[in-house]
Amino acid sequence: MTCQTPPAAPPAVRLRGVGRRFRRTAALSDVTLDLPEGVVCGLLGRNGAGKTTLMSLLAGHDRPSSGSVEVFGADPFTHAPTTSAVSFVRDDQRYPDDFRLSHVLSVAPRFHPAWSAERAAELVDAFRLPSRADVKKYSRGQLSALGIVLGLASRAPLTVFDEPYLGLDAGARQVFYRQLVTDLAEHPRTVVVSTHLVDEMEALLDRVVVLEGGRVVRDSTVDEARAAAYTVSGPSAAVDALTAGLRVLASHRLGELRSATVEGELTDAVDAAARRAGAQTGPASLQELVLAHGAEPEVGTPAPPAVRASEGVPA
Amino acid sequence: MDDGRPIFQQIADQIADGIAAGAYPEGTQVPSTTELSAFHRINPATVGKGVNLLVERGLLHKRRGLGMFVTDGARASLLAARTAAFARAYVQPLLAEARALGLSTDDVHKIVDEAADETAEETAEETARERSTP
Repeated sequence: MTCQTPPAAPPAVRLRGVGRRFRRTAALSDVTLDLPEGVVCGLLGRNGAGKTTLMSLLAGHDRPSSGSVEVFGADPFTHAPTTSAVSFVRDDQRYPDDFRLSHVLSVAPRFHPAWSAERAAELVDAFRLPSRADVKKYSRGQLSALGIVLGLASRAPLTVFDEPYLGLDAGARQVFYRQLVTDLAEHPRTVVVSTHLVDEMEALLDRVVVLEGGRVVRDSTVDEARAAAYTVSGPSAAVDALTAGLRVLASHRLGELRSATVEGELTDAVDAAARRAGAQTGPASLQELVLAHGAEPEVGTPAPPAVRASEGVPA
Repeated sequence: MDDGRPIFQQIADQIADGIAAGAYPEGTQVPSTTELSAFHRINPATVGKGVNLLVERGLLHKRRGLGMFVTDGARASLLAARTAAFARAYVQPLLAEARALGLSTDDVHKIVDEAADETAEETAEETARERSTP
């Protein structure tokens, strides 16, 4: 007799061959992705890489031109309970003209059954959001802060933040990070956050997905991503020799010195070889890795495969 | 908090340093995952991974419903491990740099003695100051 393992819960997010075209432009192409429940996933990539399009699909605000999107095992575009399980904080959220803070906070719980008024009050306090002004008169930073209040207090099983920090000063961003990790520790859930502040937010993440030109070019844990590349710096000739045959993600020269970020694992042997040659090695930062993906491809890098034809789902 | 190593490793090392320094005495509780996450603004799962590393090494143990506590003997075992690593981590790099500079072993001895004397003087001054300000 064998013990049966219980069937695994469906991942929080499952995308299969997802494409999204706007007229002739392919915003996303052949995106296949699983996000396990409970992870905080950073969605990284240059402007125009497809981050917001991907997040709109997760929130059920939009549907793919091809492929399938599942959130907690259902299609978020058609399945109403799934839509309410997702809190999508977008940077261009609009509010009715005469709405004040109290109006926004009284409407929000209707869409999110797990809403925490307590957390909302704490966040409003921490961000010092004005209660008397009309929300439409809020500054960019105050609107971002309000979005964060809604996103965190909703305690939605999937919370999606699209560059939630726009206009926030450094102090307010630290408030956001602290509140996010505190609330997650007490109420674990799945979070997807797009960001350009990679260095600043890296420690908040456990997974990263990097998009480039609408395609997933990296999908791994943060630790795996960081272990996937390293930098070598020193005299040009030494660095040239040490990086020969490796995929160079980025390279800078300063006179006779060269610094290169290359794909591969930084082992003791690699480090020892570099020392013998008079060069130094170091881990690549996640930011460097992302920048390298967005950069012009080096000569010899194969072109991405052709975009698949859309499978007849009208937009 | 970034020296290039995985963050959970850095969290584990930092708690271990606290135990070795006596900041977290044996039998006492270390900060909770939530407190550590909020303090460092680090993903709670990453903090949990770092804490679990210390549980695996027998330095921390969990008391159900209460939290993580420093295991008896944790400090001694940390200090023993660090003493064993002392030569490799500090003395060998010191001697390598000394060779590169053309210093003899005697020169190094002299420099170490001088530095030790200075540190001793500073410590004595500090102790005197602390005593004069109750």
